[in-house]
Amino acid sequence: MTAYEQALAEFAPVLGLETHVELGTASKMFCGCATTFGAEPNTQVCPVCLGLPGALPVVNEKAVESTIRIGLALHCTIATWCRFARKNYFYPDMPKNFQTSQYDEPLCVDGHLDVEVDGEVVRVEIERVHLEEDTGKTLHVGGATGRITGASHSLVDYNRAGIPLVEIVTRPVAGTGVRAAAVAKAYVTELRDLLRGLDVSDVRMEQGSMRCDVNTSLHRAGEPWGTRTETKNVNSLRSVERAVRSEVERQAEVLRRGERVVQETRHFSEATGATSPGRVKDDAADYRYFPEPDLVPVAPDPAWVAALRAALPAPPSVRRKQLVAQLGLSDLDAQAMVNAGVLDVVLATVEAGAPAAEARNWWLGALAQRANETGVEPAELPVTPAQVARVVALVAEGTLNAGLARQVLDGVLAGEGEPDDVVAARGLAVVSDTGALGEAVDAALAAHPDVADKVRGGKVQAVGALVGAVMRATRGQADAATVRALLLERLGVEG
Amino acid sequence: MTDLTRLTAAETAAAVASREVSAVEVAQAHLDRIAAVDDRVHAFLHVDAEGALAQAARVDAGELTGPLAGVPLALKDVLCTEGVPTTAGSRILEGWRPPYDATVTARLRAAGVVVLGKTNMDEFAMGSSTEHSAYGPTHNPWDLDRIPGGSGGGSAAAVAAYEAPLAIGTDTGGSIRQPSAVTGTVGVKPTYGGVSRYGLIAFSSSLDQAGPVARTVLDAALLHEAIGGHDPRDSTSIAAPVPPVVEAARQADVRGLRVGVVRELTGDGYEPGVQARFDEAVQALVELGATVTAVSCPHFVHALPAYYLIAPSEASSNLARFDAVRYGLRVGDDGERGLEEVMALTRAQGFGPEVKRRIVLGTYALSSGYYDAYYGQAQKVRTLITRDFTAAFAEADVLVSPTTPGVAFPLGAKLSDPLAMYRQDLATIPSNLYGGPAMSVPAGLSDGLPVGLQVMAPVQRDDLLYRVGAALEAARPFAPTPLQWETA
Repeated sequence: MTAYEQALAEFAPVLGLETHVELGTASKMFCGCATTFGAEPNTQVCPVCLGLPGALPVVNEKAVESTIRIGLALHCTIATWCRFARKNYFYPDMPKNFQTSQYDEPLCVDGHLDVEVDGEVVRVEIERVHLEEDTGKTLHVGGATGRITGASHSLVDYNRAGIPLVEIVTRPVAGTGVRAAAVAKAYVTELRDLLRGLDVSDVRMEQGSMRCDVNTSLHRAGEPWGTRTETKNVNSLRSVERAVRSEVERQAEVLRRGERVVQETRHFSEATGATSPGRVKDDAADYRYFPEPDLVPVAPDPAWVAALRAALPAPPSVRRKQLVAQLGLSDLDAQAMVNAGVLDVVLATVEAGAPAAEARNWWLGALAQRANETGVEPAELPVTPAQVARVVALVAEGTLNAGLARQVLDGVLAGEGEPDDVVAARGLAVVSDTGALGEAVDAALAAHPDVADKVRGGKVQAVGALVGAVMRATRGQADAATVRALLLERLGVEG
Repeated sequence: MTDLTRLTAAETAAAVASREVSAVEVAQAHLDRIAAVDDRVHAFLHVDAEGALAQAARVDAGELTGPLAGVPLALKDVLCTEGVPTTAGSRILEGWRPPYDATVTARLRAAGVVVLGKTNMDEFAMGSSTEHSAYGPTHNPWDLDRIPGGSGGGSAAAVAAYEAPLAIGTDTGGSIRQPSAVTGTVGVKPTYGGVSRYGLIAFSSSLDQAGPVARTVLDAALLHEAIGGHDPRDSTSIAAPVPPVVEAARQADVRGLRVGVVRELTGDGYEPGVQARFDEAVQALVELGATVTAVSCPHFVHALPAYYLIAPSEASSNLARFDAVRYGLRVGDDGERGLEEVMALTRAQGFGPEVKRRIVLGTYALSSGYYDAYYGQAQKVRTLITRDFTAAFAEADVLVSPTTPGVAFPLGAKLSDPLAMYRQDLATIPSNLYGGPAMSVPAGLSDGLPVGLQVMAPVQRDDLLYRVGAALEAARPFAPTPLQWETA
């Protein structure tokens, strides 16, 4: 029994998940600035998102629409009237020193999301979905760790300030037992797939467009719920699971020692897989919320909400079943892909034109391996299903062979652009010119006379060593079958 | 030759349009006037001679036309002007040049109005005497030893001293009307949402409203029309045309109009001379064909305390952005001190005592555990005051009161007594809490100093103010500023 299993044999866990999602709107929440990721610092700013004196916000209607669609997809009740509120606190990456958010009047309340864990459905209740603005980003310079401690100065980039942010808050999730970590991960995964299906965000956890805070507490059966901690900025699906496991193990040890769990914010370290206490605030935060007087209330027209509801795409679970059926995949196959967290990307790759078997093999094979090496989920790799489908197509048309295809995908993963760009830049196309190959073949025969003799002597399978030599000499760009045929021809042996 | 500084805005625009005078000549005459008297009045914080003359030249070149093309104007320093210093009367913004124009500024420029410069004000519009400006007080042109009102004392004084025929003020609790009353000018707080707040440095977002200051009611209407109307950059801006204020000012007709005298805003607490001029003005309206009734607004007595919770609460949040990080003053950034210390030092030195008082008041009123008792209760009072207005407007078309309890008081007289200062706005605050429009028009003199009559109207009936104001003006012409100090 692992320490985690031991802990949950002794204590019952209660989870709570707060997920922040940057909406993929073209402009910011309260102004017309662009929201492109990765732009030069402080180039996507204006008087409004810089909080200059006198500037005023105007609500981005598209952001309200996206939030309502999220609420509807999560089976929430949509408010007929709600307001924004100011959350007041000083921080240099927040231009107005208050965040325009929602407080006691959120846009969506009381929903749920069903997730499947080990073939069983767990219902996670949603307390609220509300809309707010993101803050800027602070970069601490001069310290060893990039943290504020030890830094000589800080740089602020306000490009992110004012990007619409949706916060999705669950009710406490109890009764999961030993599946707590799996449920947390499954919830975030399902939520991500649902948001992707709605096309409201690019939900890239590694880029911060989806961020998760995990609340965890433990109690003994029959006793009141324990004190919770809030683990901040858990930025991958795998980390969600690891953060829960590590916090469960830590709290169990605290409780076993007869000590109390301190209610605090904790930070999850990807490197150690453990949480550590956040900055201790010497006074309890008082955000002095009050209704934002610069904005008028939001009152979604019921007819509009009804139209948005009618136009919702099928939920991921339904869409998965449909596609699995269409593709004739077996339940076992589908389950294997679900377990590996690749079903959605496989289906998307198929939708982008790849044969189902090829899509499956790539995602469960080479890409799963790369994901494992870098410690992320396959779906979190910086490659899109469309790019995978393109590589599959390049193999099918003979431009690439299997080995080259892997090199092309490595190039895509390394940020070298689209598959065709990588092929061109790395010069990876298959060499099918027999004249050029002929030289390599002759060189191989000359270098390995003993092997050549064996083949001539009837040991045809020994030709493999010569094929390998030619492939090495051509840096893998030759088509192995062609090389083999050429070698046998030169040696006067029937293939 | 006519003194161009004595013309009304309407007369000036006509003379420029007919090419009797050039806009450049008009602008130069006012710049000369400012140079001659402003060392004594101190209405301006910044004079933009170059910008004014360039704009006037564009009018003369025929690039800009309209009912106010070529008319000079003094702009309260709380409205952003691209490239031109904007301080809100505070040290914390000393030297700041906004990278953008407020909507009001942009509309003035497009209308060919010539902005002469930026006028003095109580810091962040918090005050009733302009003595809380970080740059020294403005002096009342009627008596240089007296206050010009506040917060927009600079705008009112500039108009009264003939430094400009028009000015823009902003009114959160009376900051246009009270200065107008004590300087013998016309000042209007439009319906909340009638004039865009985009680029107006916020004091209290739910109460702030920019509006015109002028020497005649028609001039105020022309300016009101030029700056009013929907602005997509201000969510609280009303998506409807500006009420017909110019037409109403020209009609100047109060026949059949029901005028309600607010019981709670007369009598006790009002100086006898002020009460007498008010009574005479009401009598004049009756003679002009209006009917007068007494109305009661029982919750108006709670307006002042409610205002001093709501306005500081919003201000405490609005003023949080002045933190030394992005713009304005930065104190103590020596490479050793941390961010929080630099923020604290900057705010300690950058804000004056009245601003600090209100930030503390507002922070307290919004605090967890006190919110319901203070901010929450104040919002309830606000609702009750709105109901009082609604009920009163069932009995009367407009409501009237003296604008201020007294005439201009001597500089320094109330500086050590904040509550006495706050009481200046007793009669003006209710309209801000309700959101309806209100005007102060000259109603004669008491001891040689101006008295103002306040007219209040229902939301989006700003035209009614101008009917009443213009009728009074025609019946009892306003006294010109004597300017004895100039010849003394």
